[in-house]
Amino acid sequence: MALRRRRRARPVLSTVLPGGALPPPSALELERRAWRTRRARRSTLVALASTLLFAVVAYLAVTRSPGWPRVQATFFSPSAALDALPEIAEGLLVNLQVLVVGGLLVLLVGLGTAALRTLRGPAWAPLRILATVYVDLFRGIPLIIVLYLVGFGFPALGLQGVPTSPFVLGTAAIVLVYSAYVAEVFRAGIESVHPSQRAAARSLGLTHRQTMRIVVLPQALRTVTPALLNDFVALQKDVGLISVLGAIDAVRSAQIQVGQTFNFTPYVVAGLLFVLLAVPSARLADAVTARARRRQQSGSLL
Amino acid sequence: MSVLELRNIVKAFGSNVVLRGVDLAVDEHRVVALIGGSGSGKSTLLRCASLLETVDDGQVLLDGEDVTDPRVDADRVRRRMGVVFQAYNLFPHLSVLDNVTLAPTAVHGRPRAEAVEEARGLLARIGLADKAAEYPDRLSGGQQQRVAIVRALAVRPRVLLLDEVTSALDPELVGEVLALVREVAGQGMTIVMATHEMGFARQVADTVAFLDGGVLLESGPPAQVLGEPEHPRTRQFLARVIDAGRL
Ligand SMILES: Nc1ncnc2c1ncn2[C@@H]1O[C@H](COP(=O)(O)OP(=O)(O)OP(=O)(O)O)[C@@H](O)[C@H]1O
Ligand SMILES: [Mg+2]
Repeated sequence: MALRRRRRARPVLSTVLPGGALPPPSALELERRAWRTRRARRSTLVALASTLLFAVVAYLAVTRSPGWPRVQATFFSPSAALDALPEIAEGLLVNLQVLVVGGLLVLLVGLGTAALRTLRGPAWAPLRILATVYVDLFRGIPLIIVLYLVGFGFPALGLQGVPTSPFVLGTAAIVLVYSAYVAEVFRAGIESVHPSQRAAARSLGLTHRQTMRIVVLPQALRTVTPALLNDFVALQKDVGLISVLGAIDAVRSAQIQVGQTFNFTPYVVAGLLFVLLAVPSARLADAVTARARRRQQSGSLL
Repeated sequence: MSVLELRNIVKAFGSNVVLRGVDLAVDEHRVVALIGGSGSGKSTLLRCASLLETVDDGQVLLDGEDVTDPRVDADRVRRRMGVVFQAYNLFPHLSVLDNVTLAPTAVHGRPRAEAVEEARGLLARIGLADKAAEYPDRLSGGQQQRVAIVRALAVRPRVLLLDEVTSALDPELVGEVLALVREVAGQGMTIVMATHEMGFARQVADTVAFLDGGVLLESGPPAQVLGEPEHPRTRQFLARVIDAGRL
């Protein structure tokens, strides 16, 4: 259906007079603006100076400590880092694949599970109960245990057609656990939509499914986007856990190099790469959360 | 034959029996105003009539068809009624135009272009043509309620059920919404409206029905029910309303 999704207009910063053009700012307003500019400039300078000072103090404290030369050689060796980087980066590609495939599957399975849990009526009871049990179970088990059970348990069954690749099994384990979390996020979003919205939709003659699809879910999605993005940030680092199944990802590559050189720098490199991966999503999550808060404050119904 | 007929409607929430056998017949082109104290069950009665609640006993007949029969598809029945609530009617994530065209296209399967054209016409009639692309939270409460009424009319319902459509509004916005209801009534729409606006009920309604203690205690022409109420409870209620300055 060709409903246009909501696109926000820019907030109107100044009121336009009925006559048309904005009146020229008064001397008072000009003075206020100048003061704000000066203050903003000063705040930036203060922030820069204090950050710099802090960094210098921290640097001196660490590098002058007695154990520093040894720590530097085993954990922060530039040459070891350079040697390790290519293979770790290659391994990170595996993590990225798990992230993309897993992330999409988590969205689908999570949404489906949440939808099952909101079904009413006795005919749906088995599915509803199944979904509830699934969520309770997989929210409770540590991810690492699920990884072991799925990763080593399935191949041990020796069944025909059961994949044995650590990539596939690791992704499956991650999807199982994260979908349970995400299902709860979706369910909270669905329940946060005002009941009158459902009544309004049903009274227009929309079926239960149309009501969910056209009215409830779009509003729920908007509410849960910040929470989903936070879960995504968590997922970004947890994809590194597939290394326990033997998949040659960034963590496993680092491990191999550490084993060969007895230098721990590759772990630091892998860690930094994961951080680099997470920073943009974390900032995006912040921005989306802030936007949602602003919208809640400005928009109201009646 | 009445467009909408309620027979012996009973509805309880747990041990709280809200409706104890309500009978009400609404003929075509008629306007019925439902009055009664807060918590007397006006909203519940309208929700039962629109099948948003399942009745515990009794029947709802729409054009003579018993629509409370469990074999009847409730979704199909609701398509023939328009409902507007006190608040939260419009879908905040859809533009005003999409709100109005949603049911005609998604429920009635009418071509989008046709639905848009008709929706624009309806919006123009209530003076909101230029708001078609806006989202509901950019509209005043009164404008939102007028859009909600127009949206209910867009599916050409047999009967319009209005549940205190002005009670969440600032006083200066009440007038514009009531004016629209009056216009819609004037065009012959069959309407049942729960309302606290006694003055409006007196002018527009053909029948005023007083709901109290789960039954319709008294109903008749406005002049009679509001002017010379038979029942002491009705007189009490009206006296309280007059004290509150609503008459
Ligand atoms: N979903 C529900 N669950 C439980 N009780 C309910 C529910 N809806 C309504 N009630 C109860 O039913 C009674 C009647 O409520 P209703 O909303 O129909 O009254 P009303 O006449 O519309 O009042 P008002 O003028 O304040 O809108 C109240 O006692 C209310 O607590
Ligand atoms: Mg009510």
